[in-house]
Amino acid sequence: MAETATRSKPTSSGSKSRRGGTRSSGNRAQQTQERAALGSESPEQLRDYFKQMSLIRRFEERAAQGYTQAKVGGYCHLNLGEEATVVGLMSSLHKSDYLFTNYREHGYAIAKGIDPNRVMAELYGRTTGTSKGLGGSMHMFDTDVGLLGGYGIVGGQVPLATGAALAIDYRGGDQVVMCQMGDGTTNIGAFHESMNIAALWKLPVVFVVINNHLGMGTTVDMASAESELYKRAVAYRMHGERVDGNDVLAVNEASGRLVEHARKTGEPAMLEAVSYRMKGHSVVDPAKYRSSEDAQAARAADPVAAFRDQLLSAGVLDEDGASEIEQTVQADVDAAVAFADDSPHPDPSTLFDYTYATPVANDSRRLPADPVF
Amino acid sequence: MAVITYRQALHDTLREEMLADENVFLIGEEIGVFEGSYKITAGLLDEFGEKRVRDTPIAEEGFVGAAVGAAMLGLRPVVELMTINFSLLALDQIVNHAAKIYGMFGGQSNAPMVLRTPGGGGQQLGATHSQNIELYYAFVPGLKVVAPSTPADAKALLKASMADNDPVLFLENLALYNTKGEVPDEVAPAEIGKAGVVRPGSDITIIGYSRMANVATQVADQLQQDEGISAEVVDLRSLRPLDRETVVESVRKTGCAVIAEDDWLTYGVGAEIAASISDGAFDYLDAPVRRVAAAEVPLPYAKPLERAALPSAESLTTAVHQTLEAVGHRR
Repeated sequence: MAETATRSKPTSSGSKSRRGGTRSSGNRAQQTQERAALGSESPEQLRDYFKQMSLIRRFEERAAQGYTQAKVGGYCHLNLGEEATVVGLMSSLHKSDYLFTNYREHGYAIAKGIDPNRVMAELYGRTTGTSKGLGGSMHMFDTDVGLLGGYGIVGGQVPLATGAALAIDYRGGDQVVMCQMGDGTTNIGAFHESMNIAALWKLPVVFVVINNHLGMGTTVDMASAESELYKRAVAYRMHGERVDGNDVLAVNEASGRLVEHARKTGEPAMLEAVSYRMKGHSVVDPAKYRSSEDAQAARAADPVAAFRDQLLSAGVLDEDGASEIEQTVQADVDAAVAFADDSPHPDPSTLFDYTYATPVANDSRRLPADPVF
Repeated sequence: MAVITYRQALHDTLREEMLADENVFLIGEEIGVFEGSYKITAGLLDEFGEKRVRDTPIAEEGFVGAAVGAAMLGLRPVVELMTINFSLLALDQIVNHAAKIYGMFGGQSNAPMVLRTPGGGGQQLGATHSQNIELYYAFVPGLKVVAPSTPADAKALLKASMADNDPVLFLENLALYNTKGEVPDEVAPAEIGKAGVVRPGSDITIIGYSRMANVATQVADQLQQDEGISAEVVDLRSLRPLDRETVVESVRKTGCAVIAEDDWLTYGVGAEIAASISDGAFDYLDAPVRRVAAAEVPLPYAKPLERAALPSAESLTTAVHQTLEAVGHRR
């Protein structure tokens, strides 16, 4: 693999996308061509991608609804518009591989293999949630599927992921760590320190930057002197490349290649997936700072609708099949909401259960109104 | 029983624990080839190799965070932060991450790691290299903070810290590395969260930790010898959790207290101790609780200014005399 960043992929949907024509095409030859554009993935696999993307779309819409109903508290950042990236990335990992993410991670949690019921229950702050209700939207965790945390501090997960890769290297394991982050993260010190350390020590970690063009309301161009973010890998003699984040197959291919290279050689890499955030930074953000052209581009780039069209055009899916998948995921999300709503709240008596892993003398268990003595 | 330095006690303990558990590894700046800024890790690279003694770039946030991530997967890193001043570069990873891993994810993961780091002034290192900011970490639930004052305590507390499944900030002090003390051949791990009465007395309680616990004992011995004053010395040993019981029990007995601390007074460790005494021994007090703490300035380089700013045996002795005088008026 090249030492430096050399490849540049399309930055958004459209011009060079693998995506094909319209679903109205009945032309057999064109359908064959559309099918070829989908590569060698089996129809089952392609339909599964569509199903996962649809599930994340519906899940996030219901999460937003839960937020407006005050069932979900705190901050709530959604993967709307990033479904192709999420599914493409997660499909390239083994179950035993580790994933660290930022706070926009509901979709990752689901696609890495956590039951949506438990993801929704975490949003609802219930004991059945991924972190027993102690973490919330930004702090999902599940050892069984290798999700080692969503993290609320921008870039906090980057040194941690590097350290997890160090542990794999230390023990001679064959897992790979994927470290997901947003575009804004590439400007903080921890990112650069960790890229340097990972390259220096040859650690099996793939740094994935989701470039959705916006860090809250700040555009990449406003924040980054080098706005082609994958090029930052060059400074660490690390392979870096950019992929169209709206193309689930392109993401899966690039990610899979870098993950397997890391697994084989222990070398880190950086992947920049360019996508759009369809809504505001979080549920409460109306995104008034976005230009109408930008907002329109984000809507036009909708990866779920586009992939649906692509599968229909290629004959991998018909309208009935697509509707069936959509009804199934709708039912899954309804069930997740019901599960969350029916799950118990943590009891206040458990407040001090998770401060220390090793019990310790004189640990304070004082409630606000309690006297010290 | 052998008499060894505080430095040797740390070195020996690291080595013993590395021999006992291959998941233990050391990570930090200049700890390998350079053998440590204060030579705690001397010889360990040669004995254990680069995998177990890992020199890092100057990137505190990066390597402390990497240690947290490695600890989450079951390794047991011992991080050396060259001085506590540099820990500020890693504050996010210590406070927002190491301290939160166990609680924030509902007990599914934890970060069994030790952050060794010296504080302390008095070496003419100027304002940025002389601070005592252990309070920043002692403030945070999820962290444990210990501060041994003697070679024996250093060994017992380092053993305990390395066996603990939580992140422990292990406070050392530049002025302690060359101090000597008796260390038994077999040292059991200390109990984190426990203070100790290191010198019994009945007239006044002096509370200290790290370097100032030693100063307190020296002052108490001198007062006994010169004036027949019986001072009880409590060494906190652990700043989080804080053993308020031992402090309060002593003050209930003596009726007065002086706190000796190397950090700044306002909002400092002593403020918490004084508040605890107020909580638990209010009716027993015969004089206001006094605090001997550093002057609130960026520590100057020039020797006379530095000396004037830092707590000492003299300033502690003065505070003890004034407190006992106040008690005399009362009794």
